[in-house]
Amino acid sequence: MSVRSLDERPAAQEQPLSKARSTFVGSLGRHRLMPVLLLAVLVALAPLLFPSGFYYRIFALVYIFALAAVGLNLLMGYAGQVSLGHAGFMGIGAYAAAIGPAHFGLPGWLSLIIGAVLSALIAFLVGRPILRLKGHYLAVATLGFGLLLAIVFTSEAEWTGGPDGMSVSRLVLFGWSVRGSETWYWVSAVLFLAGAAIAYNLIESPAGRAMRAIHDSETAAGVLGVDVSRTKLLVFVISSVYASIAGSSLAFFNGLVTPDVAGFLRSIELVAMVVLGGMGSVVGSLVGAAVLVLLPQALTFLHDYEHMVLGLIIMGVMIFLRDGIVPSIAAAFRGRRG
Amino acid sequence: MIPCSFFPAKRVAAVAVVLAVLGAPSIALAQIKIGSSLSVTGPASFLGDPEKKTLEMYVDEINKKGGIDGQKVELIVYDDGGNPNAARTFATRLVEEDKVAAVVGGTTTGTTMAMIPVFEEAQIPFISLAGGIPIIEPVKKWVFKTAQTDKMACEKIFADLKKRNLTTIALISGTEAFGKSMRDQCVKIAAASGITIAHEETYGPGDTDVTPQLTNIKGKAGVQAVVNTGFGQGPAIVTRNYRQLAIPLPLYQSHGVASKQYIQLAADSADGVRLPAPALLVADKLPDGDPQKPVVTSYAKTYQDNTKQEVSAFGGYAYDGLMILVEAAKRAKSADPAKLRDEIEKTKGFMGTGGVVNMSPTDHMGLGQAAFRMLDIKNGDWVLVPESGS
Repeated sequence: MSVRSLDERPAAQEQPLSKARSTFVGSLGRHRLMPVLLLAVLVALAPLLFPSGFYYRIFALVYIFALAAVGLNLLMGYAGQVSLGHAGFMGIGAYAAAIGPAHFGLPGWLSLIIGAVLSALIAFLVGRPILRLKGHYLAVATLGFGLLLAIVFTSEAEWTGGPDGMSVSRLVLFGWSVRGSETWYWVSAVLFLAGAAIAYNLIESPAGRAMRAIHDSETAAGVLGVDVSRTKLLVFVISSVYASIAGSSLAFFNGLVTPDVAGFLRSIELVAMVVLGGMGSVVGSLVGAAVLVLLPQALTFLHDYEHMVLGLIIMGVMIFLRDGIVPSIAAAFRGRRG
Repeated sequence: MIPCSFFPAKRVAAVAVVLAVLGAPSIALAQIKIGSSLSVTGPASFLGDPEKKTLEMYVDEINKKGGIDGQKVELIVYDDGGNPNAARTFATRLVEEDKVAAVVGGTTTGTTMAMIPVFEEAQIPFISLAGGIPIIEPVKKWVFKTAQTDKMACEKIFADLKKRNLTTIALISGTEAFGKSMRDQCVKIAAASGITIAHEETYGPGDTDVTPQLTNIKGKAGVQAVVNTGFGQGPAIVTRNYRQLAIPLPLYQSHGVASKQYIQLAADSADGVRLPAPALLVADKLPDGDPQKPVVTSYAKTYQDNTKQEVSAFGGYAYDGLMILVEAAKRAKSADPAKLRDEIEKTKGFMGTGGVVNMSPTDHMGLGQAAFRMLDIKNGDWVLVPESGS
């Protein structure tokens, strides 16, 4: 695939996406936060189906990864820029949550915010030179950035506990200790829904329109007066904050952080969630995260073959639902109606 | 199921799939459920794979012989791929879904540490197979381990050095989890053991040449021996480069390379290397009077017959963990987690592949210094170093 075709491909997706959303919202109203409201209802009802506490953990993980995926989707699906190092920002958030209380005696929530600010700052500094690159070059540059962070987390053992990681003290909010899978289900759900609401708002804002214009054609967007590099940088910074907050939540939830959280495989997992669920679809990010968190659990009965089957399923989805699960299904529905 | 007109039909479907797979109610027969989450795939698979095979092999054997006091043993193994987040999820699943009575597993220190809070909270005994000291220090009520710690390997090496009057050494360590952890332990206990570390070098896990680091060591005056901590291919490269530079000092490796693979990788260069290793590796070379000989020869034979693979120390840790639990279950005459825990803690004189285990409320590993043997590599094979005077 040439670098150009990477840039061009998303243009073809744009139209089905906006229509797709209107299909969902349909008769229920056209307010842009309607999807978030519907998601909230589902999130609230989902526990009725849970046979045991284990499912609270699984779905809390789904929401946490979906939060990071929504942020990455803004960058990849809407602005058309790829990042193969996004787990690095999850790592910054996770280690901020660990190091803040352990080394500086800061409260957990403040550490989470510091992590997010730090991520934004690093994204800003790194993004300026990196986002000048396009296509494969950008992919490789972000990949290197992610690897670099993973190496720092592994080798700065005095601060990070090294390859075996370090434990994270519980998050305390207003004197209330956030613990247990059930509590974290609700906390992560609120974080995810807030993230989704902000994403929907952003997409409909002038900055969001600029983003989508860049996605279609950087040259055209520039001619129309969009400040291309500034907009790209803005999305990169925003998506890094999403990843950082998701990373902090994961660290608090697990009570432990290891360099694995920032590793290359995690970055790929995030990209897979975005692409699998559907680029340029907030709901798609949730579906992508759900598939990649739930499938390995559902496939354990296959024992030694689970990884093979997991790979086959993902390949199958990408072959038959080429635009990702949500946009493809939405397009199919529209086709049947029309 | 809740009717759902809005999109996440897919998600509900996913839930349904999960439910269909997991939701089968567990029937409470007279059986003991043992859970495990191991790193069967991923970077630590060379540890997790023999562990899984060992557990399955011996649970089958126990059941063929009628189980524990007539109770069948049911084993549930998940593969966490070495990812602590996945390990913790499987730990939750073992507790909430599978309702296991005890857990033998946790391949790496990272995955073990991620699982500990789950089992502590659920009050289920957990025997880890990983080496890290934080697992048992401070002592946690429900957590035990079978693998020797890096600290014990260091002590063994330092004791051997002292015996040979080699007190000033250079240390070269890999930066991966194992090499780093053992390096830290060695540095910590060096002074107390009467060893001076005059010089230190490191290398990355992917490095293909360490000649520069070794040249530094070669040029350092006063160094009497070189110790290398690490596992994987790194130590093999260190060994090859070491011989290429013709460094005349004795070279010590760690138990991290205690596998035939290391000898194959380092080939002739491995000759003359000395390292601490569990008795399992030299099962057939142990003197007949050795109290550990029957256990290790029997395990090595069973493993090799069943898998057609070379035996490794890691599968031995799983054997020890499982058997400590089985012995405890026999004494407890119950599958109640609390009773199992109490009996595991009372384990005394258990002869495992890793050594004699004597647990106590303050020691949840229970291994003595005798757990390690010093080995030399000669002509591509292990040779036991006589334990005279130690």
